Amino acid sequence: MAKIKVKHTLFFEFVKGLWDESPVFRQLLGMCPTLAVTTSAINGFSMGMATSFVLICSSVIISIVRKLIPSQVRIASYIVVIATFVTMADLFLKGNFPEISKALGPFVPLIVVNCIILGRAEVFASRHSVIPAFVDALGMGIGFILALTVLGTIREILGSGTIFGFLQFEPMVIMILPGGAFITLGLLIAFINYLKDKTKREEVAPACPVPYGSGASEVK
Amino acid sequence: MNKILKMIVVLTVIGIISGSVLAIMYQWSLPKIIENQIKSTNEAVFKVVPGTVKYKENSVDDLVYFDCFDGTGARIGTAILCSGNGYQGQIKLMVGVNADLTQFTGMAILEQLETPGLGAKIAEAKFQAQFKGLASRPPIEYVKGKSPSRPNEIEAITGATISSKAVVDIINKTVEQWLRLK
Repeated sequence: MAKIKVKHTLFFEFVKGLWDESPVFRQLLGMCPTLAVTTSAINGFSMGMATSFVLICSSVIISIVRKLIPSQVRIASYIVVIATFVTMADLFLKGNFPEISKALGPFVPLIVVNCIILGRAEVFASRHSVIPAFVDALGMGIGFILALTVLGTIREILGSGTIFGFLQFEPMVIMILPGGAFITLGLLIAFINYLKDKTKREEVAPACPVPYGSGASEVK
Repeated sequence: MNKILKMIVVLTVIGIISGSVLAIMYQWSLPKIIENQIKSTNEAVFKVVPGTVKYKENSVDDLVYFDCFDGTGARIGTAILCSGNGYQGQIKLMVGVNADLTQFTGMAILEQLETPGLGAKIAEAKFQAQFKGLASRPPIEYVKGKSPSRPNEIEAITGATISSKAVVDIINKTVEQWLRLK
């Protein structure tokens, strides 16, 4: 197990989630909620918040207990930890924001199987101490919120003619139907790839979804 | 052996901790969830039978309806919970009838999954308002592309006849079922 030890600053761990390894635009993880709930900016934002809460809490907990968990049962343990936080988030939304809970429907419980969270737990939180794990989860979480909010905003403007419930245009119905989600996401990814090609040609960007220097390919 | 024991212990401990945390969380949020449900039922009942001050919930078989009373305790109507299939999924709605069963007093869509921009218009105030003052007998009918001419007719939403028809059918079916109970 020759592990290449690359030391990264906390700032790097935070920023990579926002742009270089953005969970939605670069790693293409968590596509199900990304496509399904972003019919409006507020839905996208709420979904992002709920997912980030689960991501940050479970990354921290997994990082704390990482040395106690035998590797054979690690996935089962992670899922239980994740499921606990998802249920908490679900109950919290149902109790305090019934409207949002109704709009997100089954996608809140489905955070359990969101690959961003299990992905971060497996490749990052289980191999790093608490602070880097927290910062990594925070960066990924904010990256996810940003992506969902941007997608939701674009679809809301074009599809319903409103922004966060304000403003009025003549709407384009396709944009809030499933087809609109694919069109918007595809164009956004194309645009980001274009920017990336233009600006960061000489810098070696990690090939996603394998995270930078975390030894994700190692087999135990 | 040692390894197996460790796995069992770790998973059990994680399970116990997560179970306890969830139990506490559930107890904390349950009253709020119930409160929200009551609030949304209240809103719907007060909307479909205007003037309601208090109501009594009844359920016979799987039919749920609310007898509505005004401030003096006189029965002013009934709000009936209806559900059935729409174009894309279940539609849940509530419809109000006045005390002598001659007129609908209002309709509110509670849940729907119709096409946004087309069928979803059944949840808009304009469509729902058509049910206010609609004659309850004979059964509701819908007309397309023209203004309703008879007291039991509503105008279907352009481009969403299936959704409009679904609402009408759901109401007719449930009201029929409810009348048979009487």
